[in-house]
Amino acid sequence: MEFLLSALRWIADPANWDPSATTPLPIQARLLEHLRYTAVSMVIAAAIALPLGCWIGHTGRARQLVIGFTGAMRALPTLGLLFFLLMVFGYWLSYDTAPIVGATIAFVVLAVPSILAGAYAGIESVDRTTVDAARATGMTEWQVLWRVEVPLGLPLVLGGLRSATLQVVSTVTIASYAGLGGLGRIITSGIGLNDYDLILGGALLVTALALLLDGLFALAQRLTRTPGVTDRRPAAARRPRRSPRPHASKSA
Amino acid sequence: MLDWTRANLDLVRELTINHVQLAIVPILASFVLSIPLGWLANRNRVLRAVVITGGSLLYTIPSLPLFVILPILIGTRVLDSLNLVVALTIYGVAVMARSAADALASVDRTTVEASTAIGYSPFGRFVRVELPLAGPVLLAGIRVVAVSTIALVSVGVIIGSQNLGYLFSNGKQRGILEEVVVGILMSLLVALVFDVVIVLLGRVLMPWNRPGRAGRKRAGLVADPATGGPAVPAPPKLDKADAGVGGGDA
Amino acid sequence: MTHHPRWRRIGVVAVVAGLSTALAACGSSDPTGPSEGAASGDTIVVGSFNYPESEILGEIYSQALEAKDFDVEERFNIGPRQQTIPALQDGSINLIPEYNGNLLTYYDESNTLIETGEIDEALVDAVAADDLRVLDSAPAEDKDAYVVTREKAEAEGLTTIADLEKITPFKLGANPQFNEYSYGVPGLNETYGITDVEFVPIEDFGGPDTVKALVDDTVQVADIYTTSPALVAEDLVVLEDPEGIIAAQNVIPLVSDAAYSDELADALNAVSAELTTEDLIGLRDRVEGDEKASAETAAADWLQEKGLA
Repeated sequence: MEFLLSALRWIADPANWDPSATTPLPIQARLLEHLRYTAVSMVIAAAIALPLGCWIGHTGRARQLVIGFTGAMRALPTLGLLFFLLMVFGYWLSYDTAPIVGATIAFVVLAVPSILAGAYAGIESVDRTTVDAARATGMTEWQVLWRVEVPLGLPLVLGGLRSATLQVVSTVTIASYAGLGGLGRIITSGIGLNDYDLILGGALLVTALALLLDGLFALAQRLTRTPGVTDRRPAAARRPRRSPRPHASKSA
Repeated sequence: MLDWTRANLDLVRELTINHVQLAIVPILASFVLSIPLGWLANRNRVLRAVVITGGSLLYTIPSLPLFVILPILIGTRVLDSLNLVVALTIYGVAVMARSAADALASVDRTTVEASTAIGYSPFGRFVRVELPLAGPVLLAGIRVVAVSTIALVSVGVIIGSQNLGYLFSNGKQRGILEEVVVGILMSLLVALVFDVVIVLLGRVLMPWNRPGRAGRKRAGLVADPATGGPAVPAPPKLDKADAGVGGGDA
Repeated sequence: MTHHPRWRRIGVVAVVAGLSTALAACGSSDPTGPSEGAASGDTIVVGSFNYPESEILGEIYSQALEAKDFDVEERFNIGPRQQTIPALQDGSINLIPEYNGNLLTYYDESNTLIETGEIDEALVDAVAADDLRVLDSAPAEDKDAYVVTREKAEAEGLTTIADLEKITPFKLGANPQFNEYSYGVPGLNETYGITDVEFVPIEDFGGPDTVKALVDDTVQVADIYTTSPALVAEDLVVLEDPEGIIAAQNVIPLVSDAAYSDELADALNAVSAELTTEDLIGLRDRVEGDEKASAETAAADWLQEKGLA
């Protein structure tokens, strides 16, 4: 416990937040980098996976193909993928850009399966009689998707984004092996310098950041649950959905 | 092309075997440990919150520092493969406890009540009725745990574990792209084999859940006409979305 | 019929249990597990750090010992010293190729000794506290070096570290430790008075990323070790160190007291006597250059050539 307290003291020490401190400090600089890598990867992954997931959920097309493909994506070891991309981009890009491009792609690959699964599961979860009723009122397919399926499926869609975010936040830690910053920089410096305050302090910061983001998503899921819509399936089938969140898989 | 692979088949084979050994224990352990946790989570709201929140909390710990710190926490030697195994089990349980809680909650209450009525003890009911009925959701959960554990083992190379992750770091240091690619492909292959084995085990252990037969027996108790003996509970049909807890992994 | 699935179930469970046992049995040859014989001193477990040069040196040690009829096991690719030193102490490994200067700095962060002889002498007491001992150091040296591209060296007239003053402010790429220890940024600031430096941490021991960063001019100066094949391949210039901030880094065997024997020392000292910096550059070039020879092959050829195996 003593070294846990020591790490907490390290985080609380104002000297480690001093903007003039040298790398891997100050803490806020690494924290902001960590958030930036996470946000950029998530935005790109969402731009790919959300439309695709909605299309699959709405049309039911290519479902098995995409499930199989994303299953394989989940099995990719992120560290290996990162090194592979660094080497490949290293051939054509300069050291300025190769690491950020390679690392971002690796994190996008990590985030896509969860977002995609959340999106199509969310759309599919909408009661088919509701969808048919919407069609009967004369809505176009586009309106059915936007006005009915997306709002009703939103908690599950957000659930996908939520688990993807958790995975990316904890995995961005390995960005330091690509020569990038983020909180991983503090951890790897700690490993190199035999300084457990840095190792554990960095880990605690990553965990705190992940929990904060997770809390925000949980709040958003609660707020987007459409009032008045209740699940009319039998209780047995309904229970697992109490806190909708697709499976996450950790890969670094 | 393939020169490196041809010259290093022994190395690849040895690392693959180690990789499998390192992954298998955490996968089995997280399955076994998660079942009592899932049972606990369904006792009451407070326990559920403890198990689910605890799982999410553990899950957010980045793997790299956990691997490094674990020897101090559990008093193992720095190079002991137990460090990696324990860390991977922690992550496995973090995911699987939630799956187990959901799986056990998905069992139809009327079925459970009926099995109590015909004289099952609480333990017998749990083992003979609730657990088999929770099977499909448990299966979906353990598939996710298996795939992510196999991917995570490779990070262990940073703490000196000999596994396919070695091909990533050694390949990058020596500039051998082929070595890194072989490492990724072997890791995918191991994950695929594990997944197939788990699915097959699921089919054999839960024959009622096999595609094509799933819908034949509806929820409720079906008396065994051949023996006239104790009724065998038939599991309710679970549709795909339920089995995968929305994850689409089924 | 109803019972048929149950029998099959039992069969499958038996197969799985059997498989697990078989896998566990394979575990006895598992190099990730601690060796049973290590503590008794019968088998020498040779370790190495997690980069190619250290693996080559580990191969040289283990093959040289095998040639002298020692039972040898290899446990390579271990992390930094906070892993290797405890591993030596608890018997997970018994021997590892070390570098005298950095090893002394690990024990004494304020170390200012830089000559091979004085470092080797100081090391004897430093490592004895951990029940370890060092053998003879080799002439072969792989030390940190301030490196610039030839183009930059000629354009700016850079020959020594002191000349770096001419190109300030500049970026310096190296492992994170370089920002903390006296041979790195602190020495640059205090001994050479060069302070306007931005430190860029690169996590690969002066490997391909560090070289790429230097060649691309992302950093203007890099810490690339003196045995790197890239020095020749990329036509890089090592700056001289007139003030002597960089300690000697001779290759030196570090062995645990429990595994020490005079025969072991003789075998390894014979290796150290033959090993030069040029040899090390040549060995690394075979493993990391175009040939991509395995560390095992490169080490075996070298031992053969020197008549040590």
